[in-house]
Amino acid sequence: MAETKKALTDRIWDFFCSLKLAIIVVLLLALTSIIGTIILQNGSPADYVREYGQANYELFKKLQFTDMYHSTWFIGILALFGLNLTCCSIEKFPRVWKFVKEPILVAGSGIFKGSANRAEFSCKDSKQQVAEKLSTLLEKEFAKTTLTEKDGKFYIFAQKGIYSRFGAYLTHLSILIIMAGAVIGNIWGYKAFVNIVEGSSIDTVRTFNNNESINLDFTVRCDDFDVSYYPGGNRPKDYNSDLVILENGQEIIHKRIEVNDPLTYKGIKFYQSSYGPAGNAFFKVRVTENATGEVAELKAHQGKHVQLAGGYSFSVTNFAEDDRNFGPAIQLHVNSPDGKHGAPFVVWQNHPQLDSKRAGIFTFVLLGHDQPFYTGLQVAKDPGVNVVWAGCFLIVFGSLTAFFFSHKRIWICLQDDGKNTTVLLAGNAHRNQPGFSLAFDDLQQKIEATAKNQSPKKEG
Amino acid sequence: MDSGQLFNLTTIAYFAAMVLFFAYIATKNKTVALIATLASLAGFLIQTTALGLRWYESYQILGADGRAPLTNLYESVVFFAWSILLIYLLMDWKYKQRTIGAFVLPIALFSMLWAQMSLHSSIDPLIPALQSNWLTYHVITCFLGYAGFAVAFGVSVMYLLKIGKEEKHQGDKPMGGILGMFPPTKILDDMNYKAIMIGFPLLTLGIITGAAWAYYAWGTYWSWDPKETWSLIVWFLYAAFLHARFTRGWVGRRAAWLSVFGFAATLFCYLGVNLVLSGLHSYGSG
Repeated sequence: MAETKKALTDRIWDFFCSLKLAIIVVLLLALTSIIGTIILQNGSPADYVREYGQANYELFKKLQFTDMYHSTWFIGILALFGLNLTCCSIEKFPRVWKFVKEPILVAGSGIFKGSANRAEFSCKDSKQQVAEKLSTLLEKEFAKTTLTEKDGKFYIFAQKGIYSRFGAYLTHLSILIIMAGAVIGNIWGYKAFVNIVEGSSIDTVRTFNNNESINLDFTVRCDDFDVSYYPGGNRPKDYNSDLVILENGQEIIHKRIEVNDPLTYKGIKFYQSSYGPAGNAFFKVRVTENATGEVAELKAHQGKHVQLAGGYSFSVTNFAEDDRNFGPAIQLHVNSPDGKHGAPFVVWQNHPQLDSKRAGIFTFVLLGHDQPFYTGLQVAKDPGVNVVWAGCFLIVFGSLTAFFFSHKRIWICLQDDGKNTTVLLAGNAHRNQPGFSLAFDDLQQKIEATAKNQSPKKEG
Repeated sequence: MDSGQLFNLTTIAYFAAMVLFFAYIATKNKTVALIATLASLAGFLIQTTALGLRWYESYQILGADGRAPLTNLYESVVFFAWSILLIYLLMDWKYKQRTIGAFVLPIALFSMLWAQMSLHSSIDPLIPALQSNWLTYHVITCFLGYAGFAVAFGVSVMYLLKIGKEEKHQGDKPMGGILGMFPPTKILDDMNYKAIMIGFPLLTLGIITGAAWAYYAWGTYWSWDPKETWSLIVWFLYAAFLHARFTRGWVGRRAAWLSVFGFAATLFCYLGVNLVLSGLHSYGSG
């Protein structure tokens, strides 16, 4: 009974360790991911019903296709992927660790006879002399050597690039690290947005997911918002906001943020994301009462009456960015104290002296016009992001190590019969055999020449 | 001379190289192969100059807003062709298998023709979201990765064409005919693997630089938008390919098919997403 139980757990363990499972899971992830790129994600019920019909919408909801990347089944496959990676690594790691802890210092006949790269020759020097010479050569040409004496024979061992055996594990580990970073971000972080009208401040933001309100423990003020356009069109070139972080009434940070350059405070980042008009445009107007010479600078919103001295008032009724090639202009009229509309007239910003020629009761000068904006900010807190970056760094490092470096080993056995010394040579690389073969042939020639006290053969 | 004319010369060079590679397979004349390779190299050098010139021209036209020529569909398709040639020439230098050119050059040539005949080639200023150095790193790594997969695809097609005949072929006599000119299937299989080995880490870097950029621009390194998701699908496919090689039965024909599917997914990720689906990368179709 106990034996079958053990066999079962073994079988389960083997299942989670298997490469076959890894390939199936990876292909399954690839295949299922397509669904979310075809079916609209996180749309409103109305969108789905219009696009696919009521029945399909019900089905999609049941299958969690409307937010599939966060669905139970997709997270399940990802979890299976993580589990598979973990088990594989645990299973295979001791084998690799053995290469580090127990290098094969004394090669058996299997290595000397079975290696793809091997050689055998004899020379006149004693094995001590040969060992010394070859060790020096290998240290110069290849790597650090270890000399072992066993049963009257000398064994030389040298290896290079053992770290490349860990490349695959590092790559797998880094995927787990990235996943961990994503989980941390999902649990302790949030993604939110906030709109701030120029000149005002906020201390709460709303999350994208469930429109939940989050209190910041500081205040953010937007002093100014600017948008600039490329010449000859309305393609925005840049937009940016002057943000100030306030804590207990004190200004902590002042930064002008723009797209691709956010502001960070206490792990919370504020990204320039959008903008829009906040309220109506207003006009800055200088009014001179011609009788008294009294001057007032006033703000006027289009369509609203603004009081003037002596019960008069005026109203801006129209605005043109470029009026008959004379530049920006407003159309306005003055109401007499009894409420009667005066005749409408035009004031051009670029020709401030013109209105005095009208000889009215008041003379108007258009100083400028302004459109208040709100700045749309994305607010994100992601305590897991550095974990993700660490994982990304390791995955690049790990996969390069795994693909482009190999563990290369050289074994030499020296045996003398009192007259001659027999040299057995073998080499092995765990990856890129053809490349290693070439290097081995080169090394072999040098070894033979050194052992036989010749100068190395010239290539030709 | 402006960059447009140089791109025309590039296209002509690639066309000539392709025809010469076909001629080589038909005539088995080594000199023809050498000229074909030199034509590809010449085209590549002209294109490199043209890319540099277009970069310079962007400063002439846009002043301080000039940027690397990697920002719209036209520029990306041209850069794709350049990347393919770069990876191809590296593989040629290493393996000296001249017939490969006949199956890789057409991809580059087709890209150049498409870009020049039907894509919008004007140098326009960038919208704010694209004004970032990450754009350059992201595009270069992604496209070199795609190019590795393109070369692997060409090699896989050769493999699939040859393997059927080779299995039926009896005796020690080398295979004759056009297929006999192809490299041995073992070498094709190895080249397929090597090209993917180059492409895969580059795609990984491309995805990472994209994530980093998204984080600095929008605050989320991953949002499952169609482009991101498809790049991950491609990554999964090639990850499966690389692991499949360690298990029995997944080398050779199946590996070649996986490489073909992988490249189809790559093309969909690159073009299909922009032309068919929508998302953050939709400006790429401009």
